[in-house]
Parts: sequence; structure tokens; C-alpha cells
Amino acid sequence: MIAQAGGEPLIRWDWIADHLDEIAADGLQHVVLTVSAVGLALLIGLPIAIVAQRHRRLYPPVTWISGILYTIPSLAAIAFLIPITGLSLTTVVIPLTGYCLLILIRNVVAGLDGVPQDVKEAATGMGYTSRQLLWRVELPMAAPVIIAGIRIATVSTIGLATIGGLIGRGGFGQLIFEGLETDFWTPLLLGSFLSLVLALLADIGLLGIQRLTTPWARGMRVVTT
Amino acid sequence: MAEAAGGDAAIALIDVAKRFPNADRDAVGNLSLDIHAGQITALIGPSGCGKTTTLKMINRLIEPTSGRILLEGTNVLEQDPVQLRRRIGYVIQTVGLLPHRTIEDNIGTVPRLLGWDAKRIAARVQEMAELFELDDDLLARYPGELSGGQRQRVGVARALAADPGVMLMDEPFAAVDPIVRGRLQEEFLSIQERLRKTIVFVTHDIDEAIKLADRIALLNVGGVLEQYAPPERMLREPANPFVEEFLGYERGLRRLALTKVGDIGVEEGPVVAPGTTAEEARRVMRAFGGDWASVVDGDELLGWIEESQLEGVATVSQVQPRRFSAYVTDEDSLRIALDSVVTSRTQVAVVVTEGQHYRGILTLEHISKEIVT
Repeated sequence: MIAQAGGEPLIRWDWIADHLDEIAADGLQHVVLTVSAVGLALLIGLPIAIVAQRHRRLYPPVTWISGILYTIPSLAAIAFLIPITGLSLTTVVIPLTGYCLLILIRNVVAGLDGVPQDVKEAATGMGYTSRQLLWRVELPMAAPVIIAGIRIATVSTIGLATIGGLIGRGGFGQLIFEGLETDFWTPLLLGSFLSLVLALLADIGLLGIQRLTTPWARGMRVVTT
Repeated sequence: MAEAAGGDAAIALIDVAKRFPNADRDAVGNLSLDIHAGQITALIGPSGCGKTTTLKMINRLIEPTSGRILLEGTNVLEQDPVQLRRRIGYVIQTVGLLPHRTIEDNIGTVPRLLGWDAKRIAARVQEMAELFELDDDLLARYPGELSGGQRQRVGVARALAADPGVMLMDEPFAAVDPIVRGRLQEEFLSIQERLRKTIVFVTHDIDEAIKLADRIALLNVGGVLEQYAPPERMLREPANPFVEEFLGYERGLRRLALTKVGDIGVEEGPVVAPGTTAEEARRVMRAFGGDWASVVDGDELLGWIEESQLEGVATVSQVQPRRFSAYVTDEDSLRIALDSVVTSRTQVAVVVTEGQHYRGILTLEHISKEIVT
């Protein structure tokens, strides 16, 4: 085992054993942060993407605006929001949602674009209303690409959410900041490791959901942007 | 050409025109056409003739600029397009099955849109699967797992699932290879024989139109109707040089393909019985102007004999008759009969009925009279 200066071991297992409750609470918060941000982004992004896909002129400004949101540094966004929303989860969720928007909107549009014209024509010709066409044909067929977008958004959100540790609202990020502030390696490494594990689990879980919900797409190539 | 709407016209197009935005001329200009109930009507013509546009105006996937389209007497332009389309079967070239739905769900699409209960849909799907000879294990699969020919059959089954009176087909057999296409066309005709739907289909293949259609509407660029007639009449009496050229050089052969042996009379031909004397047999052959005769016992055809075989025999029964290399029946086309004429040693097509009963013969002169007149 590599030792820190002063003969201290790199990982102090007894510290971990003493702080299990705190670690579990951080994990729960990390999940809440991620689910809120991705869910909110989906709620906002899906209708925007559907409208932009149908009215093509709107697509460039939509990607432009979501692109700008994407480039705002998270630290700056949190600092800016503290006077408004305080040291709450909301302060962290808002910028995280913003980052997801670009990814989700682009994938929803790409997924809808990928629905073959002849399938849409046949469905319309059989008497689907445009709403039925969207919900029963276009979105289910775009699902593999949309879910692929959700996977990317989720994994990057799990990584980004740790910045919330700055204001004590960062899930496993708390452990990282705690380690940094106290020059104590155990929580720093543990927080990084657990957030990595969470990202992996979320990715595998979402892949499983995609496979289960779109059995017809097995063997087809899912193209993401 | 614009007969009064009604009668046996299931669909009547009355002065229908379509001009697309930014186009400097009509895609379809003042087209009037009566589509007869229970028949297959083909829309055919060169590219740019508006045949697909015309088809899609019937179920309002394309809105006409002017004119009226009556479906069973009521103007489709005054109906809710969604409800209208659920009453009309629709098949496109690439089929357009829903890839995320099983074959069973695909066939049940329109019944589901119409709000049938699950039991009725399942029964109907089963019925269609039997009609189109789709195996049960196929029903649970996804379209991506089927062959092109199977998908095409599912496409037609899906269009007929809600039992519409009218079906529109846009080049329904163009996407499959020629062998599969031939089989699908035969299947389609035999199903239509039973169902008697009013079918309008678009094709660019004149042979397909001749084979499938009861009537062909030949359109020229801009949706101008050049001729509207049953295929046989169009081949026999092309209305103008455009029609003649479109039908192509094999017009005569194509007409032969449409006429059945039973539609024209047969000649008696040189016939002898086993009991006929050699001398009499020779007389029969010469009267016909050849050196052979059919041997018929009662009305059963035994084969044919050559004059040279009669050397030194008293009656025909002493000679072993040869079998004809091919026979034709009343159900065969004159094209097949012609093939039999040019490939047989006797230079005739022998016509028989079920059980080798002799009916007579067809000669080249007799068949060619059909083409010339």
C-alpha cells in the first residue's frame, strides 16, 4: 500500500466504516441530482426538439442557444445562482440541466430524422393522426437514439454533479471537496471512485432498458450524434 | 371520357387537377376517370405523368388544386382525411411496415386505429395470415426478420385487414426480384378473384399492368389521359401513336398473352382412329396438307403418326403413335399455344381438355389471325 507523508495509509478503511451513513446520504443525493437534471432536461428538451425537428428553421437557433448554455462554466453558473436560489439542490440542478439540453435535443432530433419517410407515409396513409404518428411511430422508432442520448447525458451529469460539493450539494462531490480541504486522501479517492461506479452502473442500466424496450432494434446499428 | 358518376364507378375523378407550389405547370391537369367497382385499374405512364400524384389524391395524401373525387358517391374532399384513409387500403412500394411492431401488430394496425376490441383484431389477423399463407411463427417476428417477398405480402394483408372496399397500391411489386414478383402477382390475382375489391394501382411496368389490370389508364406527362381501356382493347386498338409506342414492339405477343385458347375456336385437324385403314389415313393427311395425323380413340388422344409409318400396314392400330411434346388447354394463353406451335415437329398446338380428351388443333395461321384482326 502506498503511504502518504507522515506514514498515514492512502485509504483509511476505519474512516470509511465510521462514515457509512454519510456516504450513503451522499450517494442518494448524487442520484437525486442526476435524475432531476436529466429528467428536467428531457421534459424541456423533448418538446423543443420535436418542434425544431418539424420546423427546421427553428433548429439552428435552438442548437445555438443550448450550445451557449453548454459552454457556461459550472463554477460561474453556481456562483451566479447562489444569490437567487441559495445553497440549495436547485442551484446545482439548474446548470446540470442546461448541460444535458444540448445532448438530448440533438439526439431526439437525430432520432426523429432517422425514421424512414416511407414508414411515415404508409402510417399516414393508413389513417394515423399526426399525434398518433408521433407517439406510436416516430418516438418509439427514435427510442434507441434518444436513449443513447440519455446515457451520454446521464454519465456526464454524474461526473459534473460533483462540483456541487462546493456548496455541500454535490453527492459524492462532498467527499471529494472534504478531502481537498482537509488534505485527507481517503474521502477524495472514495468520492471519485464511487462517482465513477455510479456512472458505470447508470450506463449499463440504461443500456439494459434500451435493449428491453426496443427488442426490434436488436442487431441494428444505433447512430448517435 | 367523363361519364356520369355513379353506376358501377366506385371512385370517380371529375376534372381533378394538381399544381404543386412553385411549379409552372400542372402535375395533373383536369383528369376525369371512373374507377369501376370490384376491378383492378392500373395507372401507368412515363415518369412525370402524375400517376402517383393521382393515386395519392384519392386518399388525400396529396390535396387536389381543383376538381372533385367521389368515393362511393361522396366527395372525399369534404371528408375527414384521417377517417377517409382508414376506409381505404394503402400499399406502397417499400411496404413501410412499422419496424418496431411485430407482424401481428402490423397487420392489425388499421383495425386498432378503428378501435376494434383485441379479440376481434386477433381473429382478423389470423384470418389474413391464412389468406396470405403467413406461418404462425412469422406473426411474432419483426419486419426486419422477414424476406422482401414476405414483407410485401404482409403489406397487402395489412392494407386489407379492416376489409376496405377500396385499395390503393403504389408500385406494390416493384421492390422484389422478378421471380418473387411473378409469384406475388399470381397470389394477388387469386386473392382478388375471391375478394373483388376495387383496386387502383400505379406501375411503370406495362407487362404488370396487362397481367393484373382489368382496365388500364395510360397517362402522359402532365396527367393527360391518353387512353382508358381494358388491356386487350388497348393492345388491339391503341388510341394514338403515343399509346402505340408506350405499349412497345411486342404488342402482338402481349395480346396473345391476354387471350385464352378457349376464347377462340379450334380447328378439327387431321384425325384418324385406330380402326382407320392406312389408305384412308393417307387421304386424311393429304386433305390437311401434311404428312401426319392425330390418333384419337373415341375422344381420347393417343398421339400422332407420320405418313412414313403407314408403309405396309393395313390399319392405324398396327402403328405405335408418338406422344405430342406438349399440349395446351382452354385455360392456356395463345402465347403458350404459339410457343407450342413453333417448337413442335407437327407445327401445331394440340388442344385437349382434362383427361386427354381431344379438342382440336391451333395452327400458326389461325393464331396470327387473332393478332391481325
